[in-house]
Amino acid sequence: MDFFIQLLVNGLSVGFLYGLSAMGFVMIFKSSSVLNFAHGELLALGAFVFLSLHAVVQLPIAWAFLATLTGCFVLGFLIERFFLRPLIGEPLIYVIMLTVGLAAMLRGLLLLIWGGNLRTLPDFLPAWMDIQAGWLRIPPVYMAAILVGILFLVLFGLFFKYSAQGIFMRSVADNQRAALSLGVHVRRVFALSWGIAALVAGMSGIILGLMNGISVHDLSAVGLKVFPVVILGGLNSITGAVIGGLIIGVLEAFTGGYLSPSLRDVVPYIALVVLLLVRPYGLFGLVEIERV
Amino acid sequence: MEDALLEINNISVVYADVIQVLKGVSLQVPNRRIVSLLGSNGAGKTTTLKAVSGLLKPENGRVTDGAILYEGHPLENRSPEQITRLGIIQVLEGRQPFKYLTIEENLRVGTATRWGKPYRKDLELVYHYFPVLWERRKALAGYCSGGELQMLVMGRALMAHPKLLLLDEPSLGLAPLVVEEIFRIIARINGEQQTTIILVEQNARIALEIAHYGYVMENGKIVMEGTSETLKDNPDVKEFYLGGGAGGPGAYQQPKSYRRRKRWL
Repeated sequence: MDFFIQLLVNGLSVGFLYGLSAMGFVMIFKSSSVLNFAHGELLALGAFVFLSLHAVVQLPIAWAFLATLTGCFVLGFLIERFFLRPLIGEPLIYVIMLTVGLAAMLRGLLLLIWGGNLRTLPDFLPAWMDIQAGWLRIPPVYMAAILVGILFLVLFGLFFKYSAQGIFMRSVADNQRAALSLGVHVRRVFALSWGIAALVAGMSGIILGLMNGISVHDLSAVGLKVFPVVILGGLNSITGAVIGGLIIGVLEAFTGGYLSPSLRDVVPYIALVVLLLVRPYGLFGLVEIERV
Repeated sequence: MEDALLEINNISVVYADVIQVLKGVSLQVPNRRIVSLLGSNGAGKTTTLKAVSGLLKPENGRVTDGAILYEGHPLENRSPEQITRLGIIQVLEGRQPFKYLTIEENLRVGTATRWGKPYRKDLELVYHYFPVLWERRKALAGYCSGGELQMLVMGRALMAHPKLLLLDEPSLGLAPLVVEEIFRIIARINGEQQTTIILVEQNARIALEIAHYGYVMENGKIVMEGTSETLKDNPDVKEFYLGGGAGGPGAYQQPKSYRRRKRWL
C-alpha cells in the first residue's frame, strides 16, 4: 500500500508537468488549429536558458526564473510573428510541416550551443518543500511540480473564464469568421497563444530538468508524449489536457513500479489506443454541438 | 439625397482573381437611415456588405475597382480590424454564434474594438432591447434557439457601438412572429441609437416596411433604387420580390399566363 501511494504521488506530480506542457499545445491548437511539433524543443529551450542564466550568468534563482519565462514568452511570440504569420491562409499542412522544421532547427541549435550531454540543474528548492509524512515522502521537485501545476491551472482557468483577452481567444477558437467580424485581432490572439504556450512549456522544462537532469534528447522526447496526453484528454479541452497528463503520469509510474521500467514509454500509447476505441473524441473533447 | 455616411462608387469585386461577383455597384447610405438591399440569391448582396466590412480578404476576395468612402475615408481593401474600429460592424448571415461561449461571453466579444473599456452599461442596453438574452445569459450559445441566436448576434454587434450596422439576412430561417419582433427591434435601434443600418434581405416585404430607402441588385449590379414607398409600388418589384403583382392572385389559374419580362433586362 505504501508503495502504491508513493507511486501515485510521483505519477501525479510528473503528470502535472505533462498536463502543463500539453496545455500549451492545446492552446495553440484551439486558437489556430496548428499542431505544434516543436513543443518538446520549447521545453528543452526553457530548461537550457534557465541553466545558462543561473549557472553561467549567475543570476539569482528568482530572477533567472522570471527572465526565462519572459524570454520564452517573447520567443513564442516571435516564432508566430516571423514563421507562422506569413503562412496564415495557406493550407494547414504547410503550417504543421513548418513546425516540424522548426523542431529540427531548434534542436540543432540547442545541440550546437549546449551539446548533447546530460546536465544537471543546481538544486535550489527550499527545504520546506521536502515533505515527509510517516512513510510517505514527497521530494521537493515533485512538490514543486504539483504546486506549479495547480497554480498555473487556476491562473489559466481564471484567465479564460473572466479576462477579456481570454474570452477573445476562446471566441477565435470557436468561430474565427465571427470573431473577425467583431474586430477581434485574430493575429494577435495567435501570437498570444504561442507566447503563452512557450512560457508554459519553458516552465515545465525547468521542473522536468530538475527532476531528471537536462538533455536535449530527453526533454524534446517529452514533446512527443504530449500527443497521447492531448488525444487522451481531447484535443480542444484545456482541462482535458491536464487530466490526460495526470493519467499518463500515473500510468507511467505504475508501469515503472510494478511491471518494468522499460515498459514505461509504451503503456501511454496502449492506453491511448484503448481509450480512442471507446471515446474517439477523447475524455473531455468537445462533443460537437449540432443543431438539428 | 441627405449627407451620406457611406458611399460606394462603382466597385468591382473579384474572388480568387478570376470570379467577378460585383460589376460596378454604386450606392449611398444616408446618415441615421435604414437602407435595404434586395435581390435574389447570388445577386451579390452579401459580397457588397463584405466589401464594406473588410471580410472579403479572408475569403480571398478583393475590390479591384471603384471606391468605398466612409465619412470621407477610403475603406476598400483595409483589414477588418481597422474597419471595425471605425464603427462598422457586420452581422454575418446564418447567425454564427460562439457555440461554446455563454450568451454573456458572446456579448463580451463584441467589446473587442474597444478592449479594456467598461462594458456594463452596454450589456444593460443589449438586455433592454433583448430581454430573452438576460434570461439565458448563463446558457451556452450552442444550445439556444434560432430566434435567440439572431438576437444574440445583433446584441453582440451593438456592444461595439456601431455607427454603421450591416445586417445580413436577419430573418433567415425564423418563424414569422419572431421575424416581426426582430424587425421591430431593428427599427427601434435605428431610431433610438441613431445607428445607420444596411439591411440585406430576401423578405422584401418586411424589409421595405422598416427601411427608408432600397436598392435592388441582380447579377452583381444595382438594377433599381428608390425610397421604400416607390419600390413597394413598383410593378416589377411587386411581381418579382413581393409576390402577386400585375397578374394578381390567381394569375396562374388563367388559361394563358405568362410572366412579365423584367424591364431592366
